[in-house]
Amino acid sequence: MDALLHQIFAGLASGGIYASLALSLVMIHNATNHINFAQGEMAMFSTYIAWSLLNIGVPYWVAFVLTIIISFFAAAAIERVLIRPVEKAPVLTVVSVFIGLLLILNSVAGWIYTYTIKTFASPFPSEPPFGNKFVSSHELGAIAIALFVLVAMYLFFRVTPLGLAMRAAAENPASSRLVGIRVGWMLALGWGFAGAIGAIAGMMIAPLVYLDPNMMAGIMLYAFAGALLGGIDNPWGAVIGGFMMGVLENVVGAVIGTELKLTVALVLIIIVLLVRPNGLWGRKVVSRV
Amino acid sequence: MNATNKNQLVIALAAVAVALVLPFAVADYRIFQLTMVMIYAIALLGLNILTGYNGQISLGHGAFYAIGAYTAAIMMDKANAPYWSTLPVAGLICLVVGFLFGLPALRLAGHHLALATLALAVALPQLLKYKHLEQWTGGVQGINLLKPDAPFGWKLTQDQWLYLFTLAVVVIMFVLARNLIRSRVGRALIAIRDHPVAAEAMGVNNAMYKSITFGVSALYTGVAGALSAIAVQFVAPDSFPLTISFFFLVGIVVGGVASIWGPLFGGFFIQFAPNLADYLSKDLTGAIYGVFLLLFAYVMPTGVVGFLRKLTSKSN
Repeated sequence: MDALLHQIFAGLASGGIYASLALSLVMIHNATNHINFAQGEMAMFSTYIAWSLLNIGVPYWVAFVLTIIISFFAAAAIERVLIRPVEKAPVLTVVSVFIGLLLILNSVAGWIYTYTIKTFASPFPSEPPFGNKFVSSHELGAIAIALFVLVAMYLFFRVTPLGLAMRAAAENPASSRLVGIRVGWMLALGWGFAGAIGAIAGMMIAPLVYLDPNMMAGIMLYAFAGALLGGIDNPWGAVIGGFMMGVLENVVGAVIGTELKLTVALVLIIIVLLVRPNGLWGRKVVSRV
Repeated sequence: MNATNKNQLVIALAAVAVALVLPFAVADYRIFQLTMVMIYAIALLGLNILTGYNGQISLGHGAFYAIGAYTAAIMMDKANAPYWSTLPVAGLICLVVGFLFGLPALRLAGHHLALATLALAVALPQLLKYKHLEQWTGGVQGINLLKPDAPFGWKLTQDQWLYLFTLAVVVIMFVLARNLIRSRVGRALIAIRDHPVAAEAMGVNNAMYKSITFGVSALYTGVAGALSAIAVQFVAPDSFPLTISFFFLVGIVVGGVASIWGPLFGGFFIQFAPNLADYLSKDLTGAIYGVFLLLFAYVMPTGVVGFLRKLTSKSN
């Protein structure tokens, strides 16, 4: 029982990270109908930026905030410069641009920082909180930060005028433009947020999986699986799907061994696509209710 | 036979003639590189049938390449099968796997299909390392193979023979692909890509065609994988990283989407692009591929073949 509880908490911790990444995927998907295959590499690069800042002696939380800001502007710039020209292009061109971006980020990170695995500091104490034996401080902290990000994003989209404008731009670009919303900038803003959330996710996962240029391949697979499971057009669904993937990954890993963790994600993706292509809470289901 | 067909035939025959002379004119390691170019060309042709002609995007063809390579390696290592017999088996296995994978993938279009195939490519290396499959796959260590000798006592080096053998496979595969694309089936594939609803209304069974295309595409890539195992003489899970699938995508975009000749240019690009990286840094190999992919996506979406077409149509 203790072991199971431990696995569930560990699962919730990584699940929070998958949920954040899944959310940033949904944000871009809802705004542009694209799946950002480079999301993981963007998060990886952000984490390296944080590592550099920490390395020159910047205090953790200052580096944390700086990284988020840098990632926000970098991602928005990527949208303006690279994605904008192919907005209306055929799918293959769009996918090519994402994959090109992915290859470049991955390889440049390896070039600058080498492929040697690096440790990444956790801001949380190394002893478990309250002397419990189920959950480490970092796991609890990662869950807290993930929840904080999710609630902050919810409030942003729900109660601020800018959030409303962004939702409008995603829902109906033509009408939004007529009422004076600058749709192009809203898309860039969406990318900026996705980049910032990715940076947070990267900084939270790096102490667990260590830092190297290829760290995100497996993690993005779980985030994709989570987003598909919950429904790629439903932010709440994607978040719940992300958490479910985290728990599933850890429990399955404990039962059948960690060697087949990625295969579990693959099988799950195929099952979801076969049985329920829109995910558990995808749009089609919602509209029927 | 009209004029363009005649021209193409002349070019194709000239290319084959040059290709026949090459292995007797260059050093052994060059022969090996050219063999790899042809192997990549077969794999790219498979991906091009799927992505270029049928409009389904796969980011996971490295997985079929790996399945083909492992089929060849296991057959040669465990069953002492002759190297040439592994090609049809590898192709058949990939056809079945591709067809089965194509069935659920059918429900998906564009980005979602790319995502599902990507998952396949991410998961496969881990599956190849799995301990209960180790007695077949050799686990992390992989499998070592021997290069075949030339048959009938021909005085050819192993590299020369493998080159000529690969060349024969390339010619067969390219002729088959060309005929497939120009047939009723090929027109159906293109119709599905350009207007699925209209194709369905014209009596094309979209679902069946799409699954079969996925299978045929996997078959091509699997045969290429089997050849690569024979040529490289080694397979291991880490020989098939995710990047291979991405490089295939780069290959068809650079060579020319929806063209029969494009994969040849793409094969050259995949094989020799890393040489460009040597001028900067080995670590930047991926970035070179990425930059070219972006460059072609923005500036020349029709690839090298499209560019050549433009040149020749201007001169006429």
